[in-house]
Amino acid sequence: MTLLQFVFLVIAAVTLLSAALVVSSRNLVHAALWLIVSLFGVAVLYALLDAGFLAVVQVVVYIGAIAILFVLVVMLSPVAPKDNRSQVDARWWLPGVLSVLLFGGLVWMLSLWQGFTSEVPPVADANQLLVQLGSELVSPNAYVLPFELASVLLVAAMIGAIWVAWERK
Amino acid sequence: MIPLSWYLIFAAALFSIGLFGVLARKNAVAILLGVELMLNAVNVNLVAFWRYRAPNMIAGQAFAIMIFAVAAAEVAVGLSLFISIYRRRKTVVANEIDLMKW
Repeated sequence: MTLLQFVFLVIAAVTLLSAALVVSSRNLVHAALWLIVSLFGVAVLYALLDAGFLAVVQVVVYIGAIAILFVLVVMLSPVAPKDNRSQVDARWWLPGVLSVLLFGGLVWMLSLWQGFTSEVPPVADANQLLVQLGSELVSPNAYVLPFELASVLLVAAMIGAIWVAWERK
Repeated sequence: MIPLSWYLIFAAALFSIGLFGVLARKNAVAILLGVELMLNAVNVNLVAFWRYRAPNMIAGQAFAIMIFAVAAAEVAVGLSLFISIYRRRKTVVANEIDLMKW
């Protein structure tokens, strides 16, 4: 086993464990904090996949904005329950069976695909990938339209969020 | 080296855990946490497929960035909706928000 494989297995185990705690812990603040650990594990996987920019964006946007928004909403608003009742539905086994079935089905279907065990192809220059991403995101021949649409969507969502959460006197 | 299958199995497991959270949790904020896990699993898949199958086309990373933006928008709108719902009905438990359930 190489060092990379060892790192992958450790990170994957930590990520999946904290993801399981996100969906099972009774205290919502704890769930939101475990989400941060889980998101950080995914950021490390991006770095392993030679997507360094995405790893940074994951930390800045997901951990720095989304997860902190969760923590703030749970802590500063009365949305989260104060008592320590179980936060999982009484019929939790039904979604549990469904999730296990989905996982088994996905792995079974993927294992039939011949490219399932493909190895990573070498890239000439990893820095060139970042340059390519940057230029294609703003190139009219590539992804400038979805990119601009995403930013308009973000602005609309932020204005909408302020409008919806506004307390009218 | 790490084969592609490891990433795909990891992403499938993360997606299934997120799905369990969405279906089994009572609190609407916790459901949104499950949705975040599912979006992350999809992103891992996108980036892994890009790196292993088409490293010369940057499409996988570009779409992952779109998903970042959509996830941020979704969380902002979702959480503000929950705050607004709490103000009117004093609850965000999904079973008790039943105005449109007949």
